[in-house]
Amino acid sequence: MSEITDRAPLSGFQVRPLLGEAGRRRLEGFLIPLIALLAGLALFGAFIAANGKSPVEFYQLVYRGGFGTWFSLQNTMTRAAPLLLTALCVALPAQLGLVVIGGEGAFVLGGLAAAVVGPLFGFAPGSLAILTMALAGICAGGVWIGLVGAMRHYRGINETISSLLMAYIAIALMNHFVEGPLKDPASLNKPSTVPLPDPMRVGEIPGMDVHWGFAVGILACLAAGFVLSRTTFGFAARIAGGNARAAAVQGLPVGRLILAFTAAAGAAAGLAGMIQVAAVQGSANASLAAGYGYTGILIAFLARQNPVAIIPMALLIGGIDAAGGFIQRRMDLPDATVLVLQGILFVAILVSETLSGRLLPSRNAKAGGAS
Amino acid sequence: MNADLGLWAVPIAVLGGMLRVSTPFLFVSLGECVTEKSGRINLGLEGTLVFGAMAGYGGSYLTGNPWAGVLLAGIAGTLFGLLHAALCSLPRVNDIAVGIALMILGSGLAFFFGKPLIQPAAPMLPGLSLGAWSNVPQLRSALEVSPLFLIGVAVAVILLFVFKRTRIGLILRMVGDSADAARAMGYPIVPVRIAATAFGGFMAGVAGAYLSLYYPGSWNEHISSGQGLIAVALVIFARWNPLACLGAALIFGGAGALGPALQSVGVTSGYYLFYAAPYVLTLLILFLTSSPRRALEGAPRELSITK
Repeated sequence: MSEITDRAPLSGFQVRPLLGEAGRRRLEGFLIPLIALLAGLALFGAFIAANGKSPVEFYQLVYRGGFGTWFSLQNTMTRAAPLLLTALCVALPAQLGLVVIGGEGAFVLGGLAAAVVGPLFGFAPGSLAILTMALAGICAGGVWIGLVGAMRHYRGINETISSLLMAYIAIALMNHFVEGPLKDPASLNKPSTVPLPDPMRVGEIPGMDVHWGFAVGILACLAAGFVLSRTTFGFAARIAGGNARAAAVQGLPVGRLILAFTAAAGAAAGLAGMIQVAAVQGSANASLAAGYGYTGILIAFLARQNPVAIIPMALLIGGIDAAGGFIQRRMDLPDATVLVLQGILFVAILVSETLSGRLLPSRNAKAGGAS
Repeated sequence: MNADLGLWAVPIAVLGGMLRVSTPFLFVSLGECVTEKSGRINLGLEGTLVFGAMAGYGGSYLTGNPWAGVLLAGIAGTLFGLLHAALCSLPRVNDIAVGIALMILGSGLAFFFGKPLIQPAAPMLPGLSLGAWSNVPQLRSALEVSPLFLIGVAVAVILLFVFKRTRIGLILRMVGDSADAARAMGYPIVPVRIAATAFGGFMAGVAGAYLSLYYPGSWNEHISSGQGLIAVALVIFARWNPLACLGAALIFGGAGALGPALQSVGVTSGYYLFYAAPYVLTLLILFLTSSPRRALEGAPRELSITK
């Protein structure tokens, strides 16, 4: 009896909610980061104002320097290219509940591997050499972060700390090889590997001043999004991320998932390093460790670990980055201003998690509080 | 009297480096030890350390008194600790992620406000000559230690006593081991964690002041090479025991001093590999002491990083 009265379709007051539970979550998943971003930008504006500068001018310059013209937009896309992939290095393991923050290590080793392998294929056509270099970068990065996953699974070593230690080790290894055994004697001021010959350089997308790495990054994010949301493999990962023990009881291969996701994460960052070498730098040197891996962490969190959402967030951060130098000169602000903005945005997005399930309270309060 | 000590110069230089390099590790790891005992982890101490280095240098430059700089760095660190603690006290906010964010924010703010401080010279902290009895100049300079190192050793001993023998230590451990039990006993969980994280921030701030005011004794944007993060790993290695933190900090200081020591006697190849020694050592120790099946011995059970 009670079931019938509960539904009471004729009472007129119990209209079906406009949004179902899934729709409510989706809307919240869009609104919460948006609020966080706006709050972060406002907070940073206050910081700028407190330092006697105009926040309005700052944001106008961000728009002009990062997004306002075709020239600045292309600059933004170029900056976003490596960030798309290094953000994947964080977002993929995050599906399993792992916090990997050492993408910088996979990035520099991927770049170094590409710079070493490329010249070995001097006899081959350029495209084949580029493909081999990409594979070398993917393997180097994949093994590096895959090791982090293996240590996590087989020895229970916390992946956050181990990946970061591995990043420092990778940078030291890169410096060792670049300044020692692999140093090009001709590179005097800045020790580097032998520069890649022109056919091995990754070129630009036709009609644009942006290298192919940007397209590769977008494709990688879309592919990762597809695998996660549309395949049983991705489904298994999400279950394991929700509750590893329940997943193991269900017979899901949690260990293999961890290895696959960490290796794929490292592969993405390694590929980014290869692209940086083959499209931008032309050789491997200390400039590889410029923090692309660390900025990737920020972007992945801003995207709430959703691979497709990485694309707009990488463009946003890439745009701020692209405008950074221009703004610093125009407004006489220190270089670190962009870092402060990144830090504030990062904190804002993390704190906004506390709103989830509370911004648009579910009719079914219990379900809203449990996720 | 003769300064030519041959290969003996290496262990002496490592000893000196150990005493000098270990102090920031010691302070950060002791602070983090208290924070983790309460069940929280603060990875943002790296950013706190960098900000502390800037605040300490600025305080010393502006007041002319390096100890005022140390105090200012400690206060700044406490504020960062309070910020981390307050944010993590909100429901659903992840302490590891907030730590990473504060790492970026702390370094960013330090570089932002520290830019005008790169040029001027601030008064440095004085050292204590513990090697005055020796007539070997290398040994004398190796035993020139900072009072902060001795304070750190004292804090380690005091913390051990506090954890084991006092009511405050018991409450702290209970909050970190079982929030449910602490709640049942009527102890306030959130305030205890906030206090523990603030203490961790204070210690990291002081560690930063040591970097900029004693060794290496300058302020620039590369002042920290991840000491704040290594120290977090050190606490795990030290099994949340303050005295073991001291031992671990000394081992790490020694590992970090090995490269420069060998360089001083003419071994220059593989400089960067020696630079990686502390990181490799940390990883190796984590590898050897971890197990996939059981939680780490001595770990606070509420700690997310060991679950």
